[in-house]
Amino acid sequence: MATRLNKILTSSVFWRGVISIVLFLVLWELGARSKQWMAPEYFAPLKAFLGALGFKKDYLPWIGVVPAPSAVLAAWTDVLTSAGYWTSWYMSFFRVMGGFIAAMLIGIPFGLALAVSRTAYGTLFPTFEVLRPIPPLAWVPASIIFWPTQELSITFVTFLGAFYTIVINVLGGARSIDQRYFQAAQSMGSSSWDIFRRVILPGTLPSIVVGSAVGMGITWEVVVAAEMISGGGSQAAGGGGGLGFFIWNSYVGGSYEQIVVGMISIGIAGYLSSELLRALGKYVTPWLRVR
Amino acid sequence: MDLRAPEPGGPAVTRGHILIDDVVKVYDPEGAAVMAVDHCSLDIDAGEICMIVGPSGCGKTTLLNAIAGFHDITSGTILLDGAVLCSKERPKAEPGPDRIVVFQNGALFPWKTNLDNVVFGPVMQGKLTPKEAVDKGRAMMADAGLAGVELNYPGEVSSGMRRRVEIVRALMNDPKVLLLDEPYRALDSLTKSVMHEALLEIYYKNKVTIFFITHDLEEAIFLGHKVAIMTTRPCKPKKVLTVDIPHPRDYGVLTSKRFRELIEETNDAVHEEALKAFQAGEKEG
Repeated sequence: MATRLNKILTSSVFWRGVISIVLFLVLWELGARSKQWMAPEYFAPLKAFLGALGFKKDYLPWIGVVPAPSAVLAAWTDVLTSAGYWTSWYMSFFRVMGGFIAAMLIGIPFGLALAVSRTAYGTLFPTFEVLRPIPPLAWVPASIIFWPTQELSITFVTFLGAFYTIVINVLGGARSIDQRYFQAAQSMGSSSWDIFRRVILPGTLPSIVVGSAVGMGITWEVVVAAEMISGGGSQAAGGGGGLGFFIWNSYVGGSYEQIVVGMISIGIAGYLSSELLRALGKYVTPWLRVR
Repeated sequence: MDLRAPEPGGPAVTRGHILIDDVVKVYDPEGAAVMAVDHCSLDIDAGEICMIVGPSGCGKTTLLNAIAGFHDITSGTILLDGAVLCSKERPKAEPGPDRIVVFQNGALFPWKTNLDNVVFGPVMQGKLTPKEAVDKGRAMMADAGLAGVELNYPGEVSSGMRRRVEIVRALMNDPKVLLLDEPYRALDSLTKSVMHEALLEIYYKNKVTIFFITHDLEEAIFLGHKVAIMTTRPCKPKKVLTVDIPHPRDYGVLTSKRFRELIEETNDAVHEEALKAFQAGEKEG
């Protein structure tokens, strides 16, 4: 463990990453404080130039109106102690996991059925393909009407976000299994069930892992937007409507620092989910670890 | 002359006699009607190594697929030990553990360890319990110089080792016939020569009929009891050569006078077909 840590700390990749993030934060801070350091007289030509381009004269365009990282950090420490912020985390995670797990439970068998059965493919795939291009967010109004609770409708929309990707990946993965594996298994006396269990299932696993990772990314995109549109579900709880609603609420309340806090929180949440999936993926496909 | 008599080890092989009788295979008979195999007849004795030589795409693999039961034939008969595998009436043979294919680019299951691959056949067929299969598998792997990689995945070992694992996996099924489809095609020539000796060594211990497809004439003469040089599309034997170099053989054979003579005798026939295949390819392209 110590040697591994040592290895990371001495690797150029690690330090390049650290420098990249620090540099980003420094530039951001500088840009956000442009109103202050652009006050002196000798910045007049720059201001005139900005004015000529049609921007506000007093600060750098775009970045000049973004809250500085220091201000964001301050706002963050404030909300860290508020229950509403953590409820938002919990709510979004709950919806993402709910939708995602449902998408796996339904999507994987569905994709496998499409792959192994001509009948299933013929009868179900056309409908699937017509529904697939509909963006999950277009389902929000219909979903609110369909489902008895706000909670279920948001989870349903996140489910759709992951479902199509998982099904397409499972189908493609199962289809691209090399013919020779089937022939070899058949020659060695495998029944259809053996072939399904010992060839199709493990052969599709890498695609399931990839599909899940992509699906998880989409799920986070969708849950945030769904929370914003639907008003966050349980507004009554006061900021307990998920991270998407947290951002929306901050925007309506004029707290720009909190918007950024919400955005970064989603970044971290998405990253954690991906890492979790990656670890699980490595665990279930040990043969891919060794190349 | 019985060439197999002076070889070391065990009683004479009594199973695995393949008789290919007047086999025709036409792809897409209603449309393009491409003739892949044209009235091909070949008699392969039990326990014989029969090398099938021909340029790429000449239809050799079609013949192998017919024996293995992966594809059907249009007419003719293929018999294994007197029993009909496939014929005009029953165009597609049933794949089975008595005829195991070692594929061109290998078909070890990448998601199973080498040992799990090796025990797959007997466990699937219920011939051995998993425990017995593991014991036998370990023993056979050790015999083939594969001790130590049992618990590795195929992706972790060299391509030469993978081929050997695959041959062991095939032999675990106790097949009558091994069908090898250019198994060493992707290997470099140094690894190849090592693999040839390893294959012979495995063969001397487990006598089976070997149906070996290649486009490498030296490989064919070095390994085979019998070498069938095939015409290019449609495929049928152009010249069948009995290699009278006694087994067991080692790489010293490669520099022997008789080996060079046999190469000289057959080189023209092979070259002629390669040229034909090349020109046909140019026309199509």
